Amino acid sequence: MSNVKIPDPNFAQSVINAGGKTLDLCYHCGTCTGSCPSGRNTAFRTRQLIRKAQLGLKDDILPSEDLWMCTTCYSCVERCPRDVDIVDIIIILRNMAVSQGYMAEDHKKVGRSLLSTGATVPASDKMKQYRVSVGLPADPPTTVGDPKAMADFKKIMERTGFDKLIGGA
Amino acid sequence: MANDKFALFLGCIAPLRYPGIEKATREVFKALGYDLKEMTGAGCCPAPGVIRSFNQATWLALAARNLAIAEKVGCDVLTICNGCYGSLFDANHILHEDPEMLKKVNEILAEVGMKYEGKVKVRHFAEVLYNDLGIDKVRAKMTNPVDLTVAAHYGCHFARPSKIKHLDDPERPHILDELIEWTGAKSVPYADKNMCCGAGGGVRSRDSKFALTFTETKLKNMKAAKADYIIDVCPFCHLQFDRGQKDLPGYDLPVIHLAQLYGLAMGLPKSSLGLEAHEVKVNL
Repeated sequence: MSNVKIPDPNFAQSVINAGGKTLDLCYHCGTCTGSCPSGRNTAFRTRQLIRKAQLGLKDDILPSEDLWMCTTCYSCVERCPRDVDIVDIIIILRNMAVSQGYMAEDHKKVGRSLLSTGATVPASDKMKQYRVSVGLPADPPTTVGDPKAMADFKKIMERTGFDKLIGGA
Repeated sequence: MANDKFALFLGCIAPLRYPGIEKATREVFKALGYDLKEMTGAGCCPAPGVIRSFNQATWLALAARNLAIAEKVGCDVLTICNGCYGSLFDANHILHEDPEMLKKVNEILAEVGMKYEGKVKVRHFAEVLYNDLGIDKVRAKMTNPVDLTVAAHYGCHFARPSKIKHLDDPERPHILDELIEWTGAKSVPYADKNMCCGAGGGVRSRDSKFALTFTETKLKNMKAAKADYIIDVCPFCHLQFDRGQKDLPGYDLPVIHLAQLYGLAMGLPKSSLGLEAHEVKVNL
């Protein structure tokens, strides 16, 4: 096998259609790469990711670790001279990766937590006691400890297919 | 909507990891004359880094559900976390700008008997203190000025993306520094002050070691500037700095959320600030 990469001619348009309307505005000045704290000590290059998306190098992007190195700090977005919505585009690419089954186990765990309690972190008994000690009710007035609200919350996630996306609760 | 009432949005990290942040916010806003209403049954914002990265349709529908709860309560939303602020603000912006999207989301909400009409604004508590109250009203309540030297950490989703938030200078923000100095504390300049803590975007949950490289850079710079405390406005950044230092030998900078600092300066009992939940001991 050679290392020739086969672009998907429809990929850039699919990113644009999903909301990444500014993808083609990028003229590759590299301001994003120079602004990115994730790229300081790693090989992650924001501009390269945008270039690959423009070129349709889907198979390079969707399974990659690089896609998940952005902390969504918006430094690149603030400085982009072309007003490319870089973070929005990265989120769209991540959604595409997840829909194709590329999702870290630790991320599935966060998803399962949301599906079971409506919160991204668990509520331990010890924490409930601590809440009481600072003068708060044991359960916050959220989906945590409110089965009716949790049922609604979960119903929305089932309606949008989130439960299947993360492989069930 | 009436500006002396807010619907308090708690999110996940504050109530379930640092309840002192929740308690301090409630007490500080009460003392400043606000009526904070409960958003009963609200869920995760949902988290902009993880959940939005997984599936935007789910993220938007769940955010709209939270906004609909506030709309029913009849108040604008008060957030105490940059992540919640980021998610709910962005989602609200999308729903305002895109009537088709609002219609789609309402079809989903209808299945749980809810509807969002787009009437609420999403606010960050620090910005409310700064923009709605201002220095005189806030300082009038500061009975116990604090003498601390601190490093302000703004976090990414406070003022950014600035093209929709219009809140502060995205490169050289000043709101938090001023809010800190109203308490009597000194907010020091330090290198890379505007840098991310490392936790966002799903990075902390996926690769905590990589997230810590950001945290260590910031801690090193804060220490070099001789800060004794970190002041944040986001429980997730708070968690990253506080728990992160367990895995970074040699660092011991206590982490305090602005609501807790305000509670201290306003003379609230220390027992209500929940400082015992912090990994890095806060000896005040």
